[in-house]
Amino acid sequence: MSDPVVADTRRLNSKPQDLSDAYGPPSNFLEIDVYDPQIIGVGRGRYTTYEVRMRTNLPIFKLKDSCVRRRYSDFEWLKNELERDSKIVVPPLPGKALKRQLPFRGDEGLFEESFIEERRSGLEQFINRIAGHPLAQNERCLHMFLQEESIDRNYIPGKV
Amino acid sequence: MSFFGFGQSADIDIVLNDAETRKKAEHKSEDGRKDKYFLFYDGETVSGKVNVTLKYPGKRLEHNGIKIEFVGQIELYYDRGNHHEFVSLVKDLARPGELTQSQTFDFEFTHVEKPYESYTGQNVKLRYFLRATVSRRLNDISKELDIVVHTLSTYPELNSSIKMEVGIEDCLHIEFEYNKSKYHLKDVIVGKIYFLLVRIKIRHMEIDIIKRETTGTGPNVYHENDTIAKYEIMDGAPVRGESIPIRLFLAGYEMTPTMRDINKKFSVRYYLNLVLIDEEERRYFKQQEITLWRKGDIVRKSMSHQAAIASQRFEGSSHPEKSQSQSTEEDDS
Repeated sequence: MSDPVVADTRRLNSKPQDLSDAYGPPSNFLEIDVYDPQIIGVGRGRYTTYEVRMRTNLPIFKLKDSCVRRRYSDFEWLKNELERDSKIVVPPLPGKALKRQLPFRGDEGLFEESFIEERRSGLEQFINRIAGHPLAQNERCLHMFLQEESIDRNYIPGKV
Repeated sequence: MSFFGFGQSADIDIVLNDAETRKKAEHKSEDGRKDKYFLFYDGETVSGKVNVTLKYPGKRLEHNGIKIEFVGQIELYYDRGNHHEFVSLVKDLARPGELTQSQTFDFEFTHVEKPYESYTGQNVKLRYFLRATVSRRLNDISKELDIVVHTLSTYPELNSSIKMEVGIEDCLHIEFEYNKSKYHLKDVIVGKIYFLLVRIKIRHMEIDIIKRETTGTGPNVYHENDTIAKYEIMDGAPVRGESIPIRLFLAGYEMTPTMRDINKKFSVRYYLNLVLIDEEERRYFKQQEITLWRKGDIVRKSMSHQAAIASQRFEGSSHPEKSQSQSTEEDDS
């Protein structure tokens, strides 16, 4: 069968693909949107929250469509939990913007529109990168962040 | 060079008897330059002439003996002083005395064993050379002629395919297959990647050939990894049930045969690295060793016979065995 003069470069035999697999929805659907910034509270204690909406068909997530409100410090909490408990290299968050919290600024500081948009975009990138990581998907903190209404900071860390 | 006035000196020249007919092979030197050297195989006789030409005609050249050596040695770059000679043959050409005129000496090393292939790597060098020496009281005159040795093999009796299922649980399962485990240097790697489960967003997939040179023993082991080739085999996101073909021609890459524990000093091994990269630049990979061997040149069959074989590889052939797999390919497209 094998001709020693000219190499046999014919393709290896493979099973024909099932058409429902070929044309059906992919099994890797995962989309997280960070949108609708809202300023909560009055005066000096104000802070911004964002809507975090996840749509997925990955079996590891209990809810295929979830919607929660989160603020910047919640994202920081998630980053810290993952850095401590998982072996993954956690991507960076958008900056803390401490300067913007100082008084006597010419602009709105933390609530400047362009800043909020920049931060929103950075948070969206961050959460999409994390949620797609196979190892991060095993961490309970990620599931709590994405799919439970509020984050219980006294939770017991662990794997799903 | 003599320090005391105009002492006699000589130039040495080594010429092989079959210099006209013997093939030359390109070999990379330590500094990266490519030079051509005479090519020898294991068991071949090395014969020729040593020409000793006096620098100042009329003056005699006193010497302590003239000899020629055939040496095969391994040199580790981190231990330059110690050469490990695994072949060392000597032929005396002249007893101590004097040369009154330029002279030519014949030599022959019959059926010399050359067990390993010439190799110049990142931390080690294996070379063969002839060295003619005119011994003198104060300083010897010597000349070296490097040769290149290739080790040949034939088609291995056992050459099983490599077939494996790997993955990350619940995330990515693939089955990869390479048609052989031993490839010659001008061979083609034919294979396929079959996706069983894809829950990550893959952006593309490539196959890399990695060469690993290992030198040293015990606590002082050095590994040098070099990516010889990167070949993209898939662009875009696959889904379950998809089969991606691999066809990688090895002749285009500079590689050596696999060398295992040469004289207990070094190894050169080759690996296929299958790499999947996802949308977030995360890399998932599986490395698999392959054995490379050197095939001897064969006499080419007649052109018409070659053409007949080549035509069977084209699509739409009426060859019955081929048409079955052909229809599968057509359905996929």
